[in-house]
Amino acid sequence: MRELHVDQITRVVAKLAEETNFFLGEDVCRRISLCREQEDWPVAGDILEKIEENIRIAGEERLPLCQDTGMACVFLEVGQDVHLTGGNLEDAVNEGVRKGYTEGFLRKSIVADPIRRGNTGDNTPAHVHYEIVPGDRVKVILAPKGFGSENMSRIKMFPPSAGAEGVKDFIVQCVEEAGANPCPPIVVGVGIGGTFDRAALMAKQALLVPLEEPHPDEFYAAMEEELLERINGLGIGPQGFGGRTTALAVKIKTFPTHIAGMPVAVNINCHVSRHGEVVL
Amino acid sequence: MNEIRLEAPFSREKLKELKAGDSVLITGTIYTARDEAHKRMVEMLRQGKKLPFDIRDALIYYAGPAPARPGQVIGSVGPTTSYRMDPYAPVLLDLGQAGMIGKGPRSPEVKEAIVRNGAVYFAAIGGAAALIARSVTAAEVIAFEDLGAEAIRKLTVKDFPVTVAIDSQGNDQYELGKIKYLNKNRE
Ligand code: SF4
Repeated sequence: MRELHVDQITRVVAKLAEETNFFLGEDVCRRISLCREQEDWPVAGDILEKIEENIRIAGEERLPLCQDTGMACVFLEVGQDVHLTGGNLEDAVNEGVRKGYTEGFLRKSIVADPIRRGNTGDNTPAHVHYEIVPGDRVKVILAPKGFGSENMSRIKMFPPSAGAEGVKDFIVQCVEEAGANPCPPIVVGVGIGGTFDRAALMAKQALLVPLEEPHPDEFYAAMEEELLERINGLGIGPQGFGGRTTALAVKIKTFPTHIAGMPVAVNINCHVSRHGEVVL
Repeated sequence: MNEIRLEAPFSREKLKELKAGDSVLITGTIYTARDEAHKRMVEMLRQGKKLPFDIRDALIYYAGPAPARPGQVIGSVGPTTSYRMDPYAPVLLDLGQAGMIGKGPRSPEVKEAIVRNGAVYFAAIGGAAALIARSVTAAEVIAFEDLGAEAIRKLTVKDFPVTVAIDSQGNDQYELGKIKYLNKNRE
């Protein structure tokens, strides 16, 4: 049994909170510049250029890419041969969020109660998802999620008869209805199958997949490409002022489901598609 | 693309000249206010109280900045999604507000209020918050300090880059831009 002090988790969460808000993954940066090169609408090209300039400034000066530094979504993959010591794991995660958001001058966007509101002042609590995996390592993934795009996400419980066409139409419709609100160009995370909650979780986890990595199953890889093509034919464009680049990528995750159902969840992320991970 | 330079606060005559899709660089004074601040302002009006700043000819920026680092004027400060302020905007526009800066489409009621008052709705680039912060030269919290990021701030800006999203005649670039782009590709 390997021992790991939870202070290490705090340290890593704090570091990731800052870094994911200052720097985007190279896959995202590459996609944005590729889209700018391929853009056939001048306004759209101009906006993408400004977005790239923003990435440069944020990185050079260690400033938040976006003022909405999000709700901290933390995914912990805990090896079953690890013994965590020194305190409560979730408290350690929240301590990391508190530290990272305070020391990094990140915006505190969390309210204590969904209806009665009231800012918690330190961006806690984080949304934490745990998974127990084989081995003696702990993987910490942090994805700050902005709500301009989160608010445009949808879930629908389809009957199996809806088939692939029903699923695809729903995904495209979600993006069309979202329009300019989620700060396009967007990344579209899709979860198909499982249960109501599992579909939503998969949609969010799909946003963590490297953009240039196609789905391992050819059927879904083709669906990702077809959906991207259809979405970029909608004409919404960067910021909704027309153009080709409405989405940077469509990412799908699936899970077996019940004979009576076919849940589909769509989680939309903006071009500030932030996530980072550290293995301890 | 021609860029128009404008000084805020601006006259209705100048606003009338702006057309949906125009690129504008704004210089002058603007005020930040988002969800909670709007709720409170409309509540104050209902109670017959005075608003924390002169709404006439004012330009409201829908934004809640990240905290400023020591030595910084303001933290990253991009626009937030505007539709959440749709229930409050017509009341303020009817009191003489000149316009707002945000992102994303507006409701038919807001559009009507824009046309009725000769106001303008500008869009800033969502997510380009570090870039936008560079055009802010001074910032001061003037009301609702308890709201943190959501407090009302008076900003002095220089060449703040925006696009005319809905002009004073009600032309909507969120509809026009897409249609023009799709038509071009059909030719
Ligand atoms: S949707 Fe993304 S880019 Fe837009 S304001 Fe929110 S976090 Fe920023």
